[in-house]
Amino acid sequence: MADYRAMWKDLGMNLEAHDMLLDFLGKYYADTFLTQNERPEGMDYFNFVMSEVHGLRIKELMDQKAVGRKVIGAYCVFVPEELVLAVDATLVGLCAGADYALDQVEQYLPRNTCALIKSAFGFKLGGVCPYLEATDLVVGENTCDGKKKAFESLGGLIDNLYVMDLPQVKSEQGRALLKAEYIRFKEQIEELTGVTITAEKLKESIAVVNAKRGALHRLAKLRGADPAPISGLDALLANQIAFFDDPVRFTASVNTICDELEKRVADKVGVFPQGTPRILISGCPMAVPNWKLPAIIESCGGVIVGEESCIGERGCRNLVSTAAESVDELIDGIVDRYFKVDCAVFTPNRERVEHIEEMFQGSNADGVIHYGLQFCQPYLMEAMDVEKKLEDSDIPVLRVETDYGQEDVGQLKTRVEAFVEQLRP
Amino acid sequence: MRFAGIDIGSRSIELVVIEDGEPVEVRETPTGHDPMVGARELLDGVSFERIMATGYGRDLFEIEFDAADTVTEIKAYARGAVALHPATNVILDIGGQDTKVIALTDKGRVKKFEMNDRCAAGTGKFLEMMGRALGYELQEFGEQALRGSNEIVINSMCAVFAESEVTSLIAKGIDRRDIALGLHLSVVKRALSMINRIAASGALLFAGGVAHNRCVRHLLGEHLQVPVHVPDQPQHVGAYGAALLAGE
Ligand code: SF4
Ligand code: SF4
Repeated sequence: MADYRAMWKDLGMNLEAHDMLLDFLGKYYADTFLTQNERPEGMDYFNFVMSEVHGLRIKELMDQKAVGRKVIGAYCVFVPEELVLAVDATLVGLCAGADYALDQVEQYLPRNTCALIKSAFGFKLGGVCPYLEATDLVVGENTCDGKKKAFESLGGLIDNLYVMDLPQVKSEQGRALLKAEYIRFKEQIEELTGVTITAEKLKESIAVVNAKRGALHRLAKLRGADPAPISGLDALLANQIAFFDDPVRFTASVNTICDELEKRVADKVGVFPQGTPRILISGCPMAVPNWKLPAIIESCGGVIVGEESCIGERGCRNLVSTAAESVDELIDGIVDRYFKVDCAVFTPNRERVEHIEEMFQGSNADGVIHYGLQFCQPYLMEAMDVEKKLEDSDIPVLRVETDYGQEDVGQLKTRVEAFVEQLRP
Repeated sequence: MRFAGIDIGSRSIELVVIEDGEPVEVRETPTGHDPMVGARELLDGVSFERIMATGYGRDLFEIEFDAADTVTEIKAYARGAVALHPATNVILDIGGQDTKVIALTDKGRVKKFEMNDRCAAGTGKFLEMMGRALGYELQEFGEQALRGSNEIVINSMCAVFAESEVTSLIAKGIDRRDIALGLHLSVVKRALSMINRIAASGALLFAGGVAHNRCVRHLLGEHLQVPVHVPDQPQHVGAYGAALLAGE
């Protein structure tokens, strides 16, 4: 690996802490991913991206920054990449999936804050996230109460935070708010970059993002085959990498692996034997390197065939229409697409259960594991109703509440294993 | 043919060897610091065709004794309970350090289950600590609680907080037997809430070491209004189920 230390130092990162983190990540990645059997060859690309996740990709971003391209970071799938690309900027996801510098974090956030939020703070306070340090603008958003209030505190730690307001109800007024906020965001990034969005530019960037979502969809569909041609861990990894890789290159790589998987499906080649109990995960997003539950599931005799999550289907369902001429009409199309995201911060949020059932059928799943992060009120509360409705449709459900810690791994393993046993014929 | 089941729990290890479905050898030992030492002791001089391990130590066991298969406690208890008492709809197991509830289908398969989370609240360990705080021997704790007449409400589920609550109740001069009754009731309430959470109903089989406690049994029957069946050796249901599964 090339030496990126000078670059990390320039970014103001804590080199010593960062070395330790990379060391841990490398080992964790190798243990979790490289030990899997029958991995598709196309995963080599994603292995490479992961091995260079704080290296080459950051260098790429820094090189582009040097010639004026801006980097915008986000913590939610409601921030439209279409607009960001249309001002010739790059969007990166900043959500983090590991506990870091918890003692410092607890000076800013109460203990009963979800691990996702704590982790975002930990990576800032610990000085170990090059993406965050490379951003020209960080977009926070008013979704759950935890994030809303956390962004107030985060504002004191970073000087480039912009907060987007989001609706909580799918009403006419809610849609109007989303549109107004997208227009305000467009103006903000136009000012940041000095680029004015034209219809032509916007159409182009919509096409790029549609192609990316289309490729992820193609991947999702192939997982409906039995035997599953790709592990849930690997498919999750691809979905995670979608948040920081170059979109065009990423799309091509996903399509390449899909070509390979199509052959596997035709030849009935899989990563686990045919008949392996098939699990659909539903719930909170899993950001890198949060592989805890998927790794448990796939080491307990199950295979994950879909993620009903923002890092997964919820984040890439539906495309934006390009059948419009003006910027305003195109933005309407963007608003239409994003307004359909069925995040638990919305009330009511009935579509979500329907989507879970749809995915359950489409992926030929045998059971659903609902994954809720401890202290995540929206998803944990919604989980009760989701469980009930799914069980009313005779879909077996296991409701799991956990965090990024390792203390409950033994117990989780028993519960997941028992659930997998329950699904076997 | 002989088959064995071994249940390696956090507090004790049980071994059951069956022949033609009937137990021919039953052994148990405390888990101690190294569960594999205890397991080895139990297996000394026992012969069988195949062995199935269950309990939290099952994976360790599989590494140590590579001829072994493993199964979760959930499935092992379900299998054991159905064999012991075919009419079972729900299994409640209160062991040393965990509590679980398993709802069965008509065919005796696992329909849904619930396990207590990361602490000792509502488990045998909780009762043990509270008995000690009140100065009772383990065996006599339940008997004395049955003689309590006033149900004292214990608010804390956490063993540490409950202990100080007990101390202050003693200081107030409250009858020890009433406090004991209140403590038993809190364990039962916790079990009931787990049963409710998975909407389990019907005939209940009560397993695990705590099933020996007559007060818990009595209170359960009273609150559930369903027959509560306690097998002769409630702590061996898991090992017995594992032995049956080893033979299938
Ligand atoms: S779960 Fe909700 S808040 Fe989180 S990224 Fe998804 S849409 Fe945004
Ligand atoms: S996981 Fe839940 S609590 Fe945490 S940021 Fe997302 S919606 Fe909010």
